[in-house]
Amino acid sequence: MLTDLLGIPPQVLFGQLMLGLINGAFYAVLSLGLAVIFGLLNIVNFAHGAFYMLGAFATIFITQYLGIGYWGALIVAPLVVGAFGAVIEYFLLRRLTGVDHLYGLLLTFGLALVIEGTFVKMFGASGVPYPVPEQLAGGVNLGFMFLPWYRAWVVVASVAICIATWLLFERTKIGAYLRAGTENPKLLQAFGVNVPLLTTLAYGYGVALAAFAGVLVAPITQVSPLMGSNLIIVVFAVVVIGGMGSIMGAVVTGLAMGVIEGLTRVFWPEASATVIFMVMAIVLVLRPAGLFGKTA
Amino acid sequence: MNSKIGYLVAIALLLVLPFVVYPVFLMKLLCFALFASAFNLILGFGGLLSFGHAAFFGGAGYITGHALKVWGLPTELGILFGALTAGLLGVLIGMLAIRRQGIYFAMITLAMAQMVYFIFVSSDFTGGENGLQGVPRGYALGFIDLQNDLSMYYFVLTIFIVAFAIIARTVHSPFGQVLSAIRDNEDRATSLGYDVDRYKLLAFVLSATFAGLAGGTKTVVFQLASLTDSHWHMSGEVVLMTLLGGLGTIVGPSVGAAIIITLQNYLASGPLGAWVPVVLGLIFVVCVLAFRRGVIGELQAFIRKSF
Repeated sequence: MLTDLLGIPPQVLFGQLMLGLINGAFYAVLSLGLAVIFGLLNIVNFAHGAFYMLGAFATIFITQYLGIGYWGALIVAPLVVGAFGAVIEYFLLRRLTGVDHLYGLLLTFGLALVIEGTFVKMFGASGVPYPVPEQLAGGVNLGFMFLPWYRAWVVVASVAICIATWLLFERTKIGAYLRAGTENPKLLQAFGVNVPLLTTLAYGYGVALAAFAGVLVAPITQVSPLMGSNLIIVVFAVVVIGGMGSIMGAVVTGLAMGVIEGLTRVFWPEASATVIFMVMAIVLVLRPAGLFGKTA
Repeated sequence: MNSKIGYLVAIALLLVLPFVVYPVFLMKLLCFALFASAFNLILGFGGLLSFGHAAFFGGAGYITGHALKVWGLPTELGILFGALTAGLLGVLIGMLAIRRQGIYFAMITLAMAQMVYFIFVSSDFTGGENGLQGVPRGYALGFIDLQNDLSMYYFVLTIFIVAFAIIARTVHSPFGQVLSAIRDNEDRATSLGYDVDRYKLLAFVLSATFAGLAGGTKTVVFQLASLTDSHWHMSGEVVLMTLLGGLGTIVGPSVGAAIIITLQNYLASGPLGAWVPVVLGLIFVVCVLAFRRGVIGELQAFIRKSF
């Protein structure tokens, strides 16, 4: 086998590939949320990592206090965190309409500091574990690797939510409104559509996507207040690589970057933390608009 | 005329201040004031939001520290070397970042700075989590012992005044005017025949170099170069200082830096110590929502309205 020739046991290679695919799934869902928000608000949501973290913590609280477990949290956490996001849009971000878009980034940066700082104060910087739901405990031996059920579920659920988002945008009336709002909000408003409400919904939906990723990640990592802040910078790089133009672009780029990161961890471990940034630099040199971007 | 008197009063004040206030605190303040002033060059006058300036500040800190501690370079040369290295890094990151505009510029600089941070985390010469400790302060001009805090203070003050003067001169030069024109309307500047990308890159490199000067000086003052200075939190803090003091004003960033550093020092010693990031975040939110001109910007608007 090829893998034996390279001196790497297949378990290691496929294990890292699987891990890369999982990370890629998170990149995809998070960058998709950023793209949805960017489409209507024209801002980069720096607080996206904080909302992802809130999703993970919400999973813990919901399990503890509502007793509806992981599967309940999977529905309730994105709704609650998404509603919180909508409130923030309504009371804070809306005030920045007509101001330079950079202020939106700065405002959400401030929000991220407040949210994460509060959680660090309350729960400490170290993490809280969350168990894998019992229905998805264990795994299957595929011969060349051991596949834990939960990890397979993370990839499937992430891709499913991305496809659902695509269907929402391309096949429903509200999706058509959202796309129209991205193209020309003033004209859409003139047609009698409530664009400010649409904007609030879009922000809430983007935030809910981040929280959904947070629920998915809770059982495979330590849930900690700062889990989102480093991740979001990598996701920004993914967004620069793929461009925020299309949903499919975000998904494909996210998954591909995860796999590339996983492979780097096998063949060149020292570079695994920086490989996505290097890819970003190369893409900027060769194709400044991004792989799926149309304009710079 | 008025501003000249103002600057002379400020310099006189800075000369006597170390007899009243703890000099090390003042030096920290001056380093950050310079850092924010350098940053303002690219954000306030160039209109480009760099979210990666910690890479230049922290990076120069390591280079200066290494040059002084391991190579035994004289203090001035070590600081200069750190600043020039930061400028070189600015060329690399700047060339990539100016290929995109607006928010993409911010994301690219942030990502590149994070990459630099990861390189520092895993390099041997930075000392990893412990930082580069025991950097010698050395002698200024070969004979003034900088181990003395007061001598060190006047050394830092000299660097600050010279650098501040160069930055102010740059802003008022034809180059600075073109830069502001690009900020206000890039297409118009292009149509007037200016090579927009070259101006942006030069501004970015200048800004990076002076940020490096600030970082290198800070390393000498504290005899330590650490990871905190290149973390993205630092990039955010310098944005906050500049915004709070007043984007695109000459003295605003220094005022903003003074407020933030004083606040941090004050909070850190009190019961609110652990809330520092939350307080900074709240100031950020308030600034962006209600106070976009910053302290100096509001003051200028007030004076213009009243007189």
